[in-house]
Amino acid sequence: MSSLLPPTKKIWWNEPIHKSELLWISLVFVWGLVMTFMMPYWHVVGKQNLGTETYQTTPKAFQTTVQAFVDKYTVRNEGPRNYPVVAPPAGGDVYMLARLWDWWPIIELKKGETYRFHLSSLDWQHGFSLQPANINIQVVPNYEHVFTLTPNAAGEYSVICNEYCGIGHHLMIGKILVVD
Amino acid sequence: MANNNFRTCPDTGLKFNAPAENLIKAHAVAAVVFLLVGGLYGLMVGLTRWQAVHLLGAEDFYMVLTLHGLNVLIFWMIFFEIAILYFCSSVLLGCRLATPKWAWVGFLLMVIGAVMNNVIVLQGSSSVMMTSYVPLEADPLFYLSLILFAVGALISCFVFFGTLVIAKNDKTYEGSVPLVTFGAITAAIIAVFTIVSGAIIMIPTFLWSVGLVGEINVLAYRMVWLAFGHSSQQINMAAHVSAWYAIAAIVFGARPLSEKVSRTAFLVYILFLQLASVHHLLVDPGLSSNFKMFNTSYAMYLAVMASMVHGLTVPGSIEAAQRARGHTAGLFTWLRKAPWGNPVFSGMFISLVGFGFLGGITGVVMGAEQINILVHNTLYVPGHFHATVVLGSTLAFMALAYWLVPVLFRRELVWKGLAKWQPYLFGLGMTGVSLFLMGAGTLGVPRRHWDIGFAGTGGITHEFPAAAYTMLALNGMSVVLAVFGGAAFCLIMVGTILFGKKLGEEPMAEPCMVAPVTEEEYNANGGSAFAIPGTVVLAMVFFVSFALYYFINWKYLAETWGIG
Repeated sequence: MSSLLPPTKKIWWNEPIHKSELLWISLVFVWGLVMTFMMPYWHVVGKQNLGTETYQTTPKAFQTTVQAFVDKYTVRNEGPRNYPVVAPPAGGDVYMLARLWDWWPIIELKKGETYRFHLSSLDWQHGFSLQPANINIQVVPNYEHVFTLTPNAAGEYSVICNEYCGIGHHLMIGKILVVD
Repeated sequence: MANNNFRTCPDTGLKFNAPAENLIKAHAVAAVVFLLVGGLYGLMVGLTRWQAVHLLGAEDFYMVLTLHGLNVLIFWMIFFEIAILYFCSSVLLGCRLATPKWAWVGFLLMVIGAVMNNVIVLQGSSSVMMTSYVPLEADPLFYLSLILFAVGALISCFVFFGTLVIAKNDKTYEGSVPLVTFGAITAAIIAVFTIVSGAIIMIPTFLWSVGLVGEINVLAYRMVWLAFGHSSQQINMAAHVSAWYAIAAIVFGARPLSEKVSRTAFLVYILFLQLASVHHLLVDPGLSSNFKMFNTSYAMYLAVMASMVHGLTVPGSIEAAQRARGHTAGLFTWLRKAPWGNPVFSGMFISLVGFGFLGGITGVVMGAEQINILVHNTLYVPGHFHATVVLGSTLAFMALAYWLVPVLFRRELVWKGLAKWQPYLFGLGMTGVSLFLMGAGTLGVPRRHWDIGFAGTGGITHEFPAAAYTMLALNGMSVVLAVFGGAAFCLIMVGTILFGKKLGEEPMAEPCMVAPVTEEEYNANGGSAFAIPGTVVLAMVFFVSFALYYFINWKYLAETWGIG
């Protein structure tokens, strides 16, 4: 009798289970319940629950929306690429687009305020990776993902791409500035 | 049917059917070849990520990374798993293999697909990573090569199912199939689901790449592709858990503590594992939180429970067998007296511990809906799956190969001194790879990224902490160690097949299989046949580590920006 041979007792499903096995099964089952419960629990008490609001869009439509947002709220241009720095009103909407290979525009936020972010891609899939806050969100074309972010510390944050998007993937970087 | 093409192995007493034996050999050899090729690509990846070495240019890096993933994650694994399926059906049940001709067709399609895939990617226009997320587009032949490989694997699965039917009809075994065969059946059932999902997404994508289909929906692609890409890792897991049980029986003569518990745990894999692929989509747009929570918990973590049950019963069955054979003192004498110099055992045990502690815990933690925000697509993800797939599956398969290859080819294992150290070398290297990649990922380092120094962006940079660079350097060193270990394995296998001392009808120098522990031996131990106090202590250590790490990550999450 071994795991390589058929069970010696033909009616093996009636064999009693040893108590150490039963104990372990009960423990891991309860643990599974705890872990299952943690996710809805965090939706109630936690402050990090990614919103799921999503709209269909097109690269062209989204680009137009982002352009209108940039035209309205640009406060200055800066950086090596002379990109617009856009400071939307506290609590307002923020539009950011991903494209080969950058994030556009630069966003300026106020610490402690909550903003509604709208993200989409103009071409391939990208990964919005906000560093060093370490917030990572998938960005895909044709879908506009809406969620809120509330910065908790001032500073310069980078948005890097962590979904492979072709040969310039490692060049794809943008900025979010948080001021007091 | 002709019954004259069976031989009985003088070392193991197993009955080998010639067509099955040849097919197992062919699949095992192909597997080792792709492991070697994929491992060398992995070396180049590791040495490029080590920022001070930065071996390859960007274009080559993305190409080689694509090749590394496909060769080791798909080709090595599936070839070896088909070998396991044929072994668990034809050999363990002592019956002839169903339709050997179809089995060879399957094998040939897999070889053609795998070789073609390497050739196409090496042309440079299909550096799309294993996931090939649309609308990033590869050469049409890239998709076609994967379809061919998948069709081959599917045929092989059905040859396996057919063989089970033959064994049943010919009554070559009594009662139920052995536990190891049962595990292989679950792997094959998951494989069918996986391959069908692959076909559902790869065939339209192929048609899209040649212009016959207008558009592939990106979100649908992600969901269906991951039902293929993630589930294929579940085949690996079901197969390597079967290998663990097989090795416990080979090295210790162990039987499962309870047939009912172990089989139910395998069955639960089939019922709940597929849901798990959704944990790749936790930060995708368009899916509701309820959908994410239900699926990512594999419906209340039932498949995780199954793995944790195997995690107890495999070492538990070893402990019970060792105690029955007289190693009864204290908590851990059974473990201390295990044959640590036998690569079949040491490889299996390192696989068990690495898979559980490094791969299992981190996988479950990062699969929680909200915690995933911290790690999605960072290097943490490859860190995790190098613990599950490489430390877990690959090392378990290596361990099994140390036993299977000499038995199949009737040759003595060569370079036994090297073989003794190989699992430790590979295990240590891969533990390093896993830990340091996860460490870098925790610091935010992205996966599949050529240069975290951001040279070439025209001055827009991000300063990763110095620790991230240290992690990548340590990862590079661990990769070198692991590649030495992996190359040693390939050398020993090829050496054994080509130069190992021919055994003929002679038994091996050392017996390669321990006689099953008998009922009397189990009961002689004071009636406490299945008392496994040592394993229970190990399991509790595991549980406490798991719970601590789980809640620490919720604490990390609470410290970042508000996300709503």
